[in-house]
Amino acid sequence: MIFEDEPVPGFSLPILPGHVSPGRLERVLRAGNFAVTAEIAPPDSADADEVYARAKIFDGYVDAINATDGSGANCHMSSVGVCSLLTRLGYAMVMQASCRDKNRIAIQGDILGAAAMGVANILCLTGDGVQAGDQPQAKPVFDLDAVSLASTVRIMRDESRFLSGRALSCPPHVLIGGAANPFVPPYDYRAQRLKKKIEAGVQFVQTQYCFDVPRLREFMKQICDMGLHEKAFVLIGVGPLASARAAAWIRDYVPGIHIPDEVITRLRGAASQKAEGVRLCVELIQEIREIEGVSGVHVMAYRQEDSVAEIVERSGILEGRVPWYPGRSQGAQDSRKAN
Amino acid sequence: MYAARRWSVRHARFLESLYDTFEGVMNALHPLWLKIGYDRVEKPITFVERNVKGFLFDCQMCGKCVLGETGMSCPMNCPKQLQNGPCGGVQTNGNCEVIPDMPCVWVEAERGSRLMRHGSGINNVRLPVDNRLKGSSSWLRVVREKRDQQFYGAD
Repeated sequence: MIFEDEPVPGFSLPILPGHVSPGRLERVLRAGNFAVTAEIAPPDSADADEVYARAKIFDGYVDAINATDGSGANCHMSSVGVCSLLTRLGYAMVMQASCRDKNRIAIQGDILGAAAMGVANILCLTGDGVQAGDQPQAKPVFDLDAVSLASTVRIMRDESRFLSGRALSCPPHVLIGGAANPFVPPYDYRAQRLKKKIEAGVQFVQTQYCFDVPRLREFMKQICDMGLHEKAFVLIGVGPLASARAAAWIRDYVPGIHIPDEVITRLRGAASQKAEGVRLCVELIQEIREIEGVSGVHVMAYRQEDSVAEIVERSGILEGRVPWYPGRSQGAQDSRKAN
Repeated sequence: MYAARRWSVRHARFLESLYDTFEGVMNALHPLWLKIGYDRVEKPITFVERNVKGFLFDCQMCGKCVLGETGMSCPMNCPKQLQNGPCGGVQTNGNCEVIPDMPCVWVEAERGSRLMRHGSGINNVRLPVDNRLKGSSSWLRVVREKRDQQFYGAD
């Protein structure tokens, strides 16, 4: 879709009626399009060009980019830093905010700063425990949790005040996001927990990696039965697995990722495991897309970011759309439509 | 490990009724607390509370007890001190990602809540913990709040 009002990098678009943010992700979702988001790997570097290069890989294939906040409890460039650089170029960002490293004072400050820079989406996360990362000696903060963080952002936006009650002269106009992981226990409680997040203020959801479609179907059925898909947009997390060995390692050592044995067996039997991983991801997306209540996918291709374009292209989920990117031309739109 | 804590969750319904009775007694004793003085009684009651709840629930004395809403499983024992349900890191066997031998306190909470008569409190959105209350008696706070409500009316 070509927007009537192309963004001027560094300046927000107008907030459309019925919208809460000036962001393009909200526009895509509310227009009923199948949204695509991807995760950028923040560099272990103080070089802005590395951030730009990592974002450019996604040009034309994603509606918004998630900037992770110390994912896996490993230290990288901050999500605030990555968002600050990329909003300058006009990219639509989803700023991830985790409760692990900052207390409520720091987080509320970040939210104001982020919104001022042009971040229109904030994903409220609990965060991995410090034991998972490269600095397990660190003090875990967890002053808020994902639910109270979401309600904090909602209070700031809708009531134009801090948690303390002190007034804001301009509230942060952001779409509030939350995570869900339907693939770990207690399975029956997961939908209920998402309901709680939505009550707290969450408007879009990005799930943990999905490799188990039957389980996802069950979860989405509960979501639809509760009517939650009408209150929040659900984006399902997907990603390519590099090899059977990598998959087994992720399953055993990364908390919260469930990979069924069939997936690993299938990868092991393939001539090119990497190509098979991409093919599997494309198939998953196509299956997921058909499930009622799903509004999009969130592609997390850690260390395989260059395969995101291929995955999105092959799965056909953009349906001829070319999401805005710096320097997008009418030609790009026409040629994709023709394909 | 964690035997007492798990026993409490299995007997959440019994503890729920016990708590209801106990709360009534504590409230009824208001004239006594007033006579001795709430500030003076705080210390001994905190001592008893710390030991009883410490044994039964591995209580951390956060000062704002929510056991009645969390199936008698204390959320302050979650390494992330989550107040609103389990994180996404729960292992397939229902144990914690941070302390792999420990059953997730929220998996337990969900189990305990199902046993209770008023277990739906687990679905309430809980506000962040007030860290100023740490170390104070939650029992007396409940009585005090009730007293204030009777005196000033509910807010």
